[in-house]
Amino acid sequence: MKKLSAVLRGLYIGLIFLMLYLPVMLMIVLSFNESRSAYEWGGFSFVKYEALFGNETIMEALLTTVVLGFAAAALATLIGTLGCIGMLAMRKRVQKTVSTVANIPLLNADIVTGVSLMLFFTAIVGRMNSVTLLASHVTLILPYVVLNVYPKLAQFDPSVYEAALDLGASPVKAFFKVMLPDIFPGVLTGFLLALTISLDDFTITYFTKGQGLNTLSTLIYTNRIRGILPEYYALAALMFVGVLFLILIIQIVNIRSAKPQARGDKQRIRR
Amino acid sequence: MNKKNLWLSGPYLVWIVGFILLPLVTIFYYGFTTAQGGFTFANIINAVTDSANLKAIGLTVLLAALATAICLLLGYPLALCLSRIGLKWQKAVIFLFILPMWMNFMLQMVAINVILEDNGIINTILTALGLEKVHIANTFGAILIGMVYDYFPFMLLPLYNTVSRLDGDLINASKDLGAGPLRTFFKITFPLSLPGLVSGATMVFIPAISDFAIAEMLGGGKIMLVGNIVEMSFTKGQYYQGSGLAILLMAFVIISSLITGEDGENEGGAMLP
Repeated sequence: MKKLSAVLRGLYIGLIFLMLYLPVMLMIVLSFNESRSAYEWGGFSFVKYEALFGNETIMEALLTTVVLGFAAAALATLIGTLGCIGMLAMRKRVQKTVSTVANIPLLNADIVTGVSLMLFFTAIVGRMNSVTLLASHVTLILPYVVLNVYPKLAQFDPSVYEAALDLGASPVKAFFKVMLPDIFPGVLTGFLLALTISLDDFTITYFTKGQGLNTLSTLIYTNRIRGILPEYYALAALMFVGVLFLILIIQIVNIRSAKPQARGDKQRIRR
Repeated sequence: MNKKNLWLSGPYLVWIVGFILLPLVTIFYYGFTTAQGGFTFANIINAVTDSANLKAIGLTVLLAALATAICLLLGYPLALCLSRIGLKWQKAVIFLFILPMWMNFMLQMVAINVILEDNGIINTILTALGLEKVHIANTFGAILIGMVYDYFPFMLLPLYNTVSRLDGDLINASKDLGAGPLRTFFKITFPLSLPGLVSGATMVFIPAISDFAIAEMLGGGKIMLVGNIVEMSFTKGQYYQGSGLAILLMAFVIISSLITGEDGENEGGAMLP
């Protein structure tokens, strides 16, 4: 009886696992398919990768996606980390209000965040451009930075920082020498998670990008009538591997920096 | 900490006011004004009385409810099964279950189309087996499949987080006191997993009710959800009507988060196990 239920459990886990991985694996396998048709195996080849790298429109959108992601994540990490340090000096009630408002984009429907930013930008600058897109991405990913940095900062012992000041270090030096090394894992995972979210975003980008500017997501969406291009298979495989890499780094940093006590704190944040 | 550091949060606060609060104010302004600038409830009333909107609202709520229910029915047993795996492996297995969600969202839609198309993988297999083809692509069913696939991790993580922290002693005590497995489940396990269940349901329901991209990619543009109407209003420049509907969507979000006490942090934390 015990054994049977263990087998059933394993089967169920395996079945869902298979369903979740089918689309991903399919795209990766088919990316090496010589045949243009998705449904016949024409032999192993890299033609789809060649097509991808030869497709200027897609490569341009890929470049936009990556540059936008890094720029937005860097800006959000800077604003978010400084914001967290300042927030520690606030009274608890103020702090609570700030974080409630700051978390609105996490909870709100993406489409509402997108159209409200679009309306706002239309009202103040007239039309969307690459700056409005960047600002919107920073808005979208800022909460993820704060959620990663703030718990680390709350554990940081301020007396160490003050000791550095008493010993004659300038505030900037004390920050880089004492505080930053301690909170760095949170800053790094915040940056990487923010980058990942930005790379994956469609809805916010769709409403706040300028005309003629496309990220991968909006390019695929705009071209949906043309059907499934061979390039998409190679793109899916590469994007998946790239993001897998980012997520793995986040996991490794998280596991390595989680002291027993720190872990408890993190779980309290997530409830 | 040091009060002198307070100013460091300046850019952050400016950002929150400038890019979160002001845009929300803007959308409320448009939602409650006429094109001439006068105050009106017409946009909101129109959002819930226009017959095309009503049809879309019904369809959207049905779709979101179905997607939430299916995610729950698939996810709850899975969370229970996963919580019984050896502790050493649990984190790694959960990680593997969340991983596919990180393939680019649009490319996920493309992949699902490859599977569901009239000449897609499913139909190729059915034909090879000598069976009749099924028409799923560009239907309500295809959108439902897409939503379940895309939002499943949002359900699984809160469920797993709750279930894996259930106190095993309570379950053992229930069994020791003579309750059968079914009774133990309904009296102990299920009531204690409710917080995770509710949290997971919100996190699936909110994106599902406001989606337009999945409907467009998998429904072939034939099925209009609330999100599609909002999107069309804004791309056509009908900001006033569009804002009315967007405010309606926001009301849905606020109501479901009030019911469940969700404040968004869970979603931030749930992106990774």
